[in-house]
Amino acid sequence: MDFDFKIGIIALPGAALANKTGSFANEVPVFKQKTCTGCNLCIYYCPEGVVYGDKKTKIYNFDADYCKGCGICAEECPVDDIEMVLVEK
Amino acid sequence: MLTKEDTHKELFTMGHTGCSGCAQSMAVKLILEVLGKNTIATTATGCLEVFSTRYPESSWRIPWIHSLFENSAAVASGIEAALKITGRKNGTTVLAQGGDGGTADIGLQALSGMFERGHDVLYVCYDNGAYMNTGYQRSGLTPFDAYTTTSPSGKQSFGNSRPKKYMPQIAMAHRIPYTAVASAGYPVDLQKKIKKAASITGPKYVQIDVPCTPGWKYEPRYSVKIARLAVQTGLYPLFEAEYDKIISVKKISKKVPVEEYLKLQGRFKHLFKDEAGRMEIEKIQKIADENIVKFGLL
Repeated sequence: MDFDFKIGIIALPGAALANKTGSFANEVPVFKQKTCTGCNLCIYYCPEGVVYGDKKTKIYNFDADYCKGCGICAEECPVDDIEMVLVEK
Repeated sequence: MLTKEDTHKELFTMGHTGCSGCAQSMAVKLILEVLGKNTIATTATGCLEVFSTRYPESSWRIPWIHSLFENSAAVASGIEAALKITGRKNGTTVLAQGGDGGTADIGLQALSGMFERGHDVLYVCYDNGAYMNTGYQRSGLTPFDAYTTTSPSGKQSFGNSRPKKYMPQIAMAHRIPYTAVASAGYPVDLQKKIKKAASITGPKYVQIDVPCTPGWKYEPRYSVKIARLAVQTGLYPLFEAEYDKIISVKKISKKVPVEEYLKLQGRFKHLFKDEAGRMEIEKIQKIADENIVKFGLL
């Protein structure tokens, strides 16, 4: 579906993607890929929906452009396979 | 397999300005995953409205409207009635959303009207237990003894002196076909309840416990843990009801003492200072114990 609202007070659907909220983050997750069981909980729990990956290959990653660094993925990972590291800016 | 490109296509997109660790944005994401594209949403004034639609940006990829604080349910009723009369319902879910203030205090009248007229609308209340958007003022759903800026703790007070309003029971009293209480700490259970609600015709009410990082004063990483502890202590019983009968409850395997839940949050910090605070914790434990008996949680 293409939307083309240029005038008025209507914002384009999903236009918030222009706002790179990655600047919120003090810490970002590191997916260690050692003990991962592919439970997908990191995808479920991410408030932003920035975690992506594959259950089968057990390879997960996150979108640094938008990750706010809350650390829920690291806290909730049942096998402690995610670590939060400080971002240097 | 979920790729980076897929995550950018979600119906509730990233790039909103919700706080780091916001459980409400997590709940919205989970709900829209279930409801899908054929949904029209209304949102009452509140955090969700403010952080998801910062002009000229919008996080929504579905038709969305905000009108006023009190009339999310009324606007949704109008949308549903218009779809029906023009013959364009076609399985569209009308989703009305509000915070706890917009639902249980300010929007209660519009919500009651929506239930009573029998509109086919799914109403979701994101319960973070205070008016978080305007600076943590007390609402009808603020739990007992919680610190808020309008119920501060101090020499004369332990915070909010009134018990939390039984909002799901108020919805049930309207004898609507489906009422449910869910939690951001149990995403699978939450999605199951939303799916069931969407499959039922008529007014539905789902209340979701969504911890609030700045309002409850805890580290962002504990959002899910705190939501889960609320359920495990018995302070936030999860159940489903059809008409005025409770049909299922989420059992808790092992009762957790309320201290475990309270000590993680700054809004209950004053209870851990002295003996008088200890007595207050006993009172909160009593509320949890009563819930466990009342809903048969164990």
